[in-house]
Amino acid sequence: MIPLNDATMQLLLLALLVLPLLGSAAVLLPRSPTWLGLGITGAVLAAALLLAAGFDHDHPGTVQAESDVSWIPALGVRLHLGVDGISLPLLVLTALLTFLCALHTHVRPPGGPRPAAFTSLLLLLQAGTLATFAVLDLLLFFLAFEMVLIPMYFLIARWGGEGRGPAAWRFVLYTVLGSVVMLLGLLLIGVQGGTFDMVALAEAQGEGLGHTTQLLAVLAIGIGLAVKTPMWPLHSWLPDAHTAAPTAGSVLLAGVLLKMGTYGLVRIALPMAPEGMETFAPYLGAFAVTGIVYGSLACLALVRTGAGGDLKRLIAYSSVGHMGFVLLGIATLTHTGVNGALFANIAHGLITGLLFFLVGALKERTGSTDLDTLAGAGGAALYGRTPRFGGLFAFAAVASLGLPGLAGFWGELLAMLGAFHPADGLSRPAFLTYLAVAGFGTLLTAAYLLLVVRRVCMGDRPAAGWAPEGPEADVPAGAETDAAGAAAGGGGGGAAGGVLSGLLPDLRPVEYAAFGPLVALTLLAGLWPAVLLDLTDPVVQSLLPGAVR
Amino acid sequence: MNLVQTVEWAVIAPPVIAAFTAVAVLLADLFLPAARKALLGPLAAAGLALAALSLLPLRDGDRSTFCLPDDPALCAYSADRFAVILQLLVLGGAFLTVLLSIPEANGKRVPAGEFWFLLLSSAAGAALLPAARDLATLIIALEVTTLPAYALVGLRRGSGAGPEAALKFFLSSVTATAVALLGIGFVYAASGSLFFDGIAEGLDEADPRLSTLAEAGVALTLIAFAFKMAAVPFHFWVPETYLGAPLPVAGYLSVVGKTAGLAGLILVTTEAFPGHGDLWGPLVAVLAGLTMTAGNVAALRTDPRAPNSAIRLLAWSSIGQAGYLLVPIAAAAYTEEGAGATVAYALMYGAVNLGAFAVAAHVARQRPAHRVDDYRGLWARQPAAALAMGFFLLCLAGLPPGVIGLFAKVAVFETAVDAGLGVLAVVMAVNVAIALYYYLRWTAVLFQPAPHGAAEPDAPRRLPAAPLTAAIGLAAGVGIVLSGAPQLILTFASGTLL
Repeated sequence: MIPLNDATMQLLLLALLVLPLLGSAAVLLPRSPTWLGLGITGAVLAAALLLAAGFDHDHPGTVQAESDVSWIPALGVRLHLGVDGISLPLLVLTALLTFLCALHTHVRPPGGPRPAAFTSLLLLLQAGTLATFAVLDLLLFFLAFEMVLIPMYFLIARWGGEGRGPAAWRFVLYTVLGSVVMLLGLLLIGVQGGTFDMVALAEAQGEGLGHTTQLLAVLAIGIGLAVKTPMWPLHSWLPDAHTAAPTAGSVLLAGVLLKMGTYGLVRIALPMAPEGMETFAPYLGAFAVTGIVYGSLACLALVRTGAGGDLKRLIAYSSVGHMGFVLLGIATLTHTGVNGALFANIAHGLITGLLFFLVGALKERTGSTDLDTLAGAGGAALYGRTPRFGGLFAFAAVASLGLPGLAGFWGELLAMLGAFHPADGLSRPAFLTYLAVAGFGTLLTAAYLLLVVRRVCMGDRPAAGWAPEGPEADVPAGAETDAAGAAAGGGGGGAAGGVLSGLLPDLRPVEYAAFGPLVALTLLAGLWPAVLLDLTDPVVQSLLPGAVR
Repeated sequence: MNLVQTVEWAVIAPPVIAAFTAVAVLLADLFLPAARKALLGPLAAAGLALAALSLLPLRDGDRSTFCLPDDPALCAYSADRFAVILQLLVLGGAFLTVLLSIPEANGKRVPAGEFWFLLLSSAAGAALLPAARDLATLIIALEVTTLPAYALVGLRRGSGAGPEAALKFFLSSVTATAVALLGIGFVYAASGSLFFDGIAEGLDEADPRLSTLAEAGVALTLIAFAFKMAAVPFHFWVPETYLGAPLPVAGYLSVVGKTAGLAGLILVTTEAFPGHGDLWGPLVAVLAGLTMTAGNVAALRTDPRAPNSAIRLLAWSSIGQAGYLLVPIAAAAYTEEGAGATVAYALMYGAVNLGAFAVAAHVARQRPAHRVDDYRGLWARQPAAALAMGFFLLCLAGLPPGVIGLFAKVAVFETAVDAGLGVLAVVMAVNVAIALYYYLRWTAVLFQPAPHGAAEPDAPRRLPAAPLTAAIGLAAGVGIVLSGAPQLILTFASGTLL
């Protein structure tokens, strides 16, 4: 769109990685202004958008903004960076979500020690995630993959809610155990393939790697990435981590960190060890659809009245289901399926990011994310209490269940379409079964999300008693202190008897600013899926040259 | 037969300078008035720095001396790249130890002159060891390294644990030496030479009827060096010795003592017994797996609230790290790569482990119980010390921002994968994850808020003593530079050093 020369593009990509790193140190300096973190994430977002604008959209299949410098010749590690059609959307998504989180943090500093340290960790996390999507060297990928651990651990362990300590430990231990196993797989590919360069290895399509090597490599790499994704049955760190994490942590965990797993599968396992992938694809598919049904059933159990379900935990389980669709799409080994997977990846980042923001905002208003506390037997009646907020919540839930016209739809449809006719060599009956199970999963997904909407947004009109006390003019003025008080007061705040009372503050300007872009992009991707598919499809074609569909 | 060997003094300068400084310090101690004894520490540090500087002319790694007059290829002392790099590590480690010890030695609990003399003597032996190219020199160097160490462990006045730990250390170590001498005797009998090159040739051409003798000799020699390295099952002396010893001495043993054992092991395996790789390869691999597992599991079980838990944890974790260090040696039996990754890892480990000991020494000045829990709230009290400690621990764990720790582990993993030691690689992967748990737990403690009501006991002593600051800064500087440019040490991992 905007013609930029190569050097500028390289600099932009480099800035994406270096700015957050420098920023994370800068915000810790004494007397650094509080808006500094926000400014840096804003600059990173601007760089990412500029990068997207300068990206040659006619050739998304080629690596652009490429820089390739030797770093550790002893290990064959090169600072090889570049973007193509599948990493560009993820880079923009990461930059956007981090910016929105920084905005949210700036306006509502998390309760806990030192907001500057929080921002610093946020920036460190951003550097790691952006690097994961931008590097083209296996060992650098591993380095970036590990880089997010420490900041995320501290974000959960220091600023999290109830049960944060064990949740943070679980997150770190699962991921580390997975990633050291993944390192073995990466080394196996690198040592046997003779290079750690991801572009060269992808072009080789597993040539030079024996069948056993490919099997072992896919198994090892797959386990590491499946923990991160997370794939059932390796998901059990996720609900706790999400429930305990602060809002910004949850958003980034769901919106960006989970994507690192599926991105790795598409970028590394799929092209570099095709034979191994072909062997394991049916198992991956089976685990994927199990995850879909398992996630939905867990959500259905949580949404029941009296189950004590937590909204954050529910959305976390719904992530297990949604990532199941992504994995199913990858398992089909078809262009359709993998494109669907990549689409669902982005869509899940947008929608689940939005949902976690909304739940965070709800917690600020009511002091609780517990469904029973919020809704009681009747319903929380957000439509009545805070109409625009309630409407937005319903919008996000409906987008999450995959309503046509919104972003959630296309990815899941394409993944299932891929399963209808999987790649040659894969058992079609097996995948048809997966398709049926996944289809059943979409029904369950719709069921629990509609139940959530029913319990949170609808409900009896609040009793007439409050109306005279709470005139319209009074509420916005007192909103700030109310919300702060409720947030500080924790679950005990405004939830006497299981039913809330009174009006809740509606959306604030900063919330419009934070949620607006996500809503707009959800609509855009839903109505005009080509904007993403045109980017990813050429890359998928080159990653899977053998597939016909 | 010409028995006179030529000696190039410049080549043997590093150990000789260290040894001369040791004697000089001991003499100076006799003549200096008590008020001036504080000068001894800087003198020792300067000697070690000078010894390290004398490595500069040798950096090409092509010099050797003490060669046989009628066979100039057989030399007892070779300053090749392997030797020079390990001498740098040993002398650098000893230098950091001196910095760490200055506050302790200036106190009244340790006789300063004797302490510096013993430390420098041991460092001289450790500097001699990697350059040794025959078994006699090797054993002498090893004993020069360890004999003063026993005394160092038990030197502290009024400490009940010190002498007992020293006795335990001494008895078990002497047993190992005896075993080594027996093994060397067997090897000499089978091969007819004490020079590594001669042994390698001699064992290949040995009478087949002597093969059992040769193999027994190889195995016994290995066991002795495994002992010095604190490999499992010869590791039991480590935790008690570390606990009984003054903290800097524990740090010294964990880095310099370990490097000495390691260098000896690399030399005898890859230089003297290259033909017996099928024997020592699996042996070292099993030792590596057992060592890292036992060390890490014991570290994991250390209760952070118990007294001395910080030292105990560092001691056990150093056994775990010794296991990683053994992996490339085991892999060297199967490939032509050599054990360069071990050297690279040892360099990383030496810097950051001494750094961790330096912070521990600093914290112990205010809270002498050596508990991991004493580090709670360090970030609030002393952000720089907390950041440094966090960095060292993450380097040891191998997680960013400790990039060098990560890549050193990657290099070790790579040798295992390359050599086809898949099982060992998986065992190591599990161990890395276990180790991460306790390192990260400690890191997390640093940043936790201090418990309520536990005010700083004496605010005026908040700044660490200047030598400790220098040691922490030096170690952190090395770690940070290496994290930015890992090639500086990983270059040793790629080529063959010997």
